[in-house]
Amino acid sequence: MRYVVSFGRFWWDFVVGDDWRAAAGVVLAIGATAALAAGGIAVWWTMPLAVALLLFVSLRRASR
Amino acid sequence: MTAGVFLVLSAFLASAVEMVEALTIVLASGIARGWRSSLIGMAAAVLALAVIVAALGPALTVVPLNALRLVVGGLLLTFGLQWLRKAILRASGFKALHDEDAIFAKELEEARTAERLERGGVDWYGFTLSFKGVLLEGLEVAFIVITFGSTQGSIPLAAVGAAAALVLVAGVGVAVRAPLARVPENTLKFAVGVMLTTFGIFWSTEGAGGSWPGSDAALFGVLAFVIALSALFVAVLRRVKRERLVAAGARA
Repeated sequence: MRYVVSFGRFWWDFVVGDDWRAAAGVVLAIGATAALAAGGIAVWWTMPLAVALLLFVSLRRASR
Repeated sequence: MTAGVFLVLSAFLASAVEMVEALTIVLASGIARGWRSSLIGMAAAVLALAVIVAALGPALTVVPLNALRLVVGGLLLTFGLQWLRKAILRASGFKALHDEDAIFAKELEEARTAERLERGGVDWYGFTLSFKGVLLEGLEVAFIVITFGSTQGSIPLAAVGAAAALVLVAGVGVAVRAPLARVPENTLKFAVGVMLTTFGIFWSTEGAGGSWPGSDAALFGVLAFVIALSALFVAVLRRVKRERLVAAGARA
């Protein structure tokens, strides 16, 4: 059981890191981009905008 | 062509950063616990990594390209944002700079004081320290090589970048037998964060069904955007840090 927990923790740290909100934000942003693209809207701007917002929020929290 | 150059450069930079960290651990293990155990640990980790890459690489090539770009783009973005966030915090003074000399000294001290347990002429602590260090740092390299390579349709090209980094770091490491403290590691990490985020934005958009004006050439635009954004955040945070120091000085 201990190995399973440490294996899971390793992958969590590896992929998500110390700010899970940023990772969750990426998933939401991709979902929104896919939804807009399916509606025929040009979506090249959505992910850059999402990254700027996510980075802003994450850095603001970290620098408090 | 554009994406190919980005691919080799990104794999090279990311691999070099991880290999500098792995080298620090192998050197500390070798000096404190003996080179035999340290080098066997390193070789075992390289073998394990080769098996992982050989197993996952071909498996990823059968996944539909758009699905692959969506997943890989998302992963690279979460990965890239972690690197970029830390790099911006380091550059603006909110986080301590990564210091290979200090890490080397700490690893060396821990390795020297650990109990000796030999099996088959191999010191178990030295082997494990070296194996874990190379495997964990190497996993990041393998992840980058496999994901970058498979998404761009050329794992060998990404492997060329990683191999060039391996030759360079291992060559310098053997020559100096000391942690590569002079490597501008924090700058390299910033560059890797920028690259990962750039690729992550580009591929996740394509994977989600979008397309870029100018196709692959848009990578330059995304790169310029990520660099400008990072520079802006560093400048703002440096100012915040300065103002806080001035305010703290005035209170004292």
